[in-house]
Amino acid sequence: MSTSTDISRLIKRLVVVVVLMFAFGFALVPIYDVMCKAFGINGKPDGTAYEGTQVIDDSREVRVQFLATNNADMSWDFYPEGDEITVNPGGVNQMLFVAHNPTDKPMTAQAIPSIAPSEAAAYFHKTECFCFSQQVLQPGERVEMPVRFIVDRDMPKDVRHLTLSYTLFDVTARKPPVAQVSQ
Amino acid sequence: MSAVIDHGHAGHDHHHGPAKGLMRWVLTTNHKDIGTMYLWFSFAMFLLGGSFAMVIRAELFQPGLQIVQPEFFNQMTTMHGLVMVFGAVMPAFVGLANWMIPLMVGAPDMALPRMNNFSFWLLPAAFTLLVSTLFMEGGGPNFGWTFYAPLSTTYAPASVTFFIFAIHLMGFSSIMGAINVIATILNLRAPGMTLMKMPLFVWTWLITAFLLIAVMPVLAGVVTMMLMDIHFGTSFFSAAGGGDPVLFQHVFWFFGHPEVYIMILPAFGAVSSIIPTFARKPLFGYTSMVYATASIALLSFLVWAHHMFTVGIPLTGELFFMYATMLIAVPTGVKVFNWASTMWQGSMTFEAPMLFSVAFVILFTIGGFSGLMLAIAPADFQYHDTYFVVAHFHYVLVPGAIFGIFASAYYWLPKWTGHMYDETLAKLHFWMSFIGMNMAFFPMHFVGLAGMPRRIPDYNMMFANFNMISSIGAFAFGATQLLFLFIVIKCIRGGKPAPAKPWDGADGLEWTVPSPAPYHTFSTPPEVK
Repeated sequence: MSTSTDISRLIKRLVVVVVLMFAFGFALVPIYDVMCKAFGINGKPDGTAYEGTQVIDDSREVRVQFLATNNADMSWDFYPEGDEITVNPGGVNQMLFVAHNPTDKPMTAQAIPSIAPSEAAAYFHKTECFCFSQQVLQPGERVEMPVRFIVDRDMPKDVRHLTLSYTLFDVTARKPPVAQVSQ
Repeated sequence: MSAVIDHGHAGHDHHHGPAKGLMRWVLTTNHKDIGTMYLWFSFAMFLLGGSFAMVIRAELFQPGLQIVQPEFFNQMTTMHGLVMVFGAVMPAFVGLANWMIPLMVGAPDMALPRMNNFSFWLLPAAFTLLVSTLFMEGGGPNFGWTFYAPLSTTYAPASVTFFIFAIHLMGFSSIMGAINVIATILNLRAPGMTLMKMPLFVWTWLITAFLLIAVMPVLAGVVTMMLMDIHFGTSFFSAAGGGDPVLFQHVFWFFGHPEVYIMILPAFGAVSSIIPTFARKPLFGYTSMVYATASIALLSFLVWAHHMFTVGIPLTGELFFMYATMLIAVPTGVKVFNWASTMWQGSMTFEAPMLFSVAFVILFTIGGFSGLMLAIAPADFQYHDTYFVVAHFHYVLVPGAIFGIFASAYYWLPKWTGHMYDETLAKLHFWMSFIGMNMAFFPMHFVGLAGMPRRIPDYNMMFANFNMISSIGAFAFGATQLLFLFIVIKCIRGGKPAPAKPWDGADGLEWTVPSPAPYHTFSTPPEVK
């Protein structure tokens, strides 16, 4: 039969389970990031420039659409020069994005790319991208920023259409821009 | 250690009765008193959550906006879900557990009577906090009972902090209740009551309690992350700071899916006691019932992403969660098969508990089938966030959890009150509930398949007829529950005296004590053969 020590030992174990599960809830945060990175499943392309070159595959065409979004509280004008281009896998293509700082303060911005459908993210290589660095714009300044990319020849055949989307974040508070004497 | 008050002049006979007055209920550590309070509390919440549902159905009676504004409609859908899940269904099962588990395993009380009192009294505090948000500036929670970020963080009303603390309190209450149940079942069983001799209600509650201590802390964690995002500048769910709103859904449903089994497993157990009684045959496949319940509980941890097929998880993920979800149909099918086999060639009579139990088996199976349809990942893209989902989960929760609770209440009311309830009125309650419930929720399958989105106060004209039928059914179902209140009060106040074992086919230790069950039972453990 049971005694009160049996019960208190059981209670202690159950409380440990509760504490561990509470910690597990928080552990899901890094686990999620690691899983997304390991399997490339979040539409998050890797943030480095692609060094390789590929032979152009003329037999296949892929439509690439461009989207530009401002995150909340971001006041810049931000848009691609074209909505959509048709490309051949393997070839290097370019699209210009326009950014304009309409405020009277210098600001720093960071663009974060995302690709849909997410399984195409691993096959979308950027050789050059304004998202690799941060942009500092002086009051009223306007820039055209290029992104150059190669759609991989090995991209699954059922993907005929993909979307490159940028969200622009205001990071002025974190990386204060150097105020510039007007040219 | 029990809260016995010595009246001095009284002899030993009066030593063990309940204390007098209001303080009896505030200070009680008696499992029967606490069970009673849990049951009354959950019924009050059932009526409150039901009245929120009435507002929703009144607004949806006709297309267009008639009665409430969309902002308030959103608060109603949110509060209806929260109050029904955390206020009505879960406390009702804890109440049944408090009353019945000690009686069923031959224990004198719950293992931790003082904690039992505390876990009950946290609930009124939690729900006062939650419901008070409706009167605050900016209104109450309006982001759905699933409170997806960033609706519940960046775009939430100011009252969201009160909502978070209410969830924390409910979580504490549930975890303490679950620890109490586990400790009672594992330590206080009468000699001879081996695990595989326990009634299934005790088994399903043991498994439910383990689910609770595994997932309620995760819920507490996710609301804590929300609290930190809102007030302390973290970015768990904010993309602007490197977080991810989809992460919220993963963490929430890691809690949320086991939660739906928390709300149904105890009903499985109760029905597994009631059907054999009224079929006058032992339960078919007791062992397989235990293993089926355990497998459902284990699988419930592996299927959470089937709630989020449309967020853009990879194909392999969709396939895994689709097949894992369908796998749950196997142990569930075993249970339905066992209930049907128990009834097969039994000498069945259809008193109210049996009516509710048979309806449970049939209607829960319908809800299970629509669940299988939703489990098909490619089809789910069509069904997602439509009224088909609403129809599905109301078919598993209303005739599942709620009918299971009604069946249990009628089955054990004679033991609790010492009187038989009014069988005619109880049957009327059943048929009104049965018709009202089907009328309310069956048309939702069709409007959902045709594309009517959930949680929207207005809808396309083409859904008008079905919505009117749904609303009439819902009003009928809601009004009928006042009849239940009347039946219970009538049963408490009087009626035909109930014998110790009012059901001739019943089996179990709870029927060996007199009706009403004395304030203290099994002070000396019974001998179980």
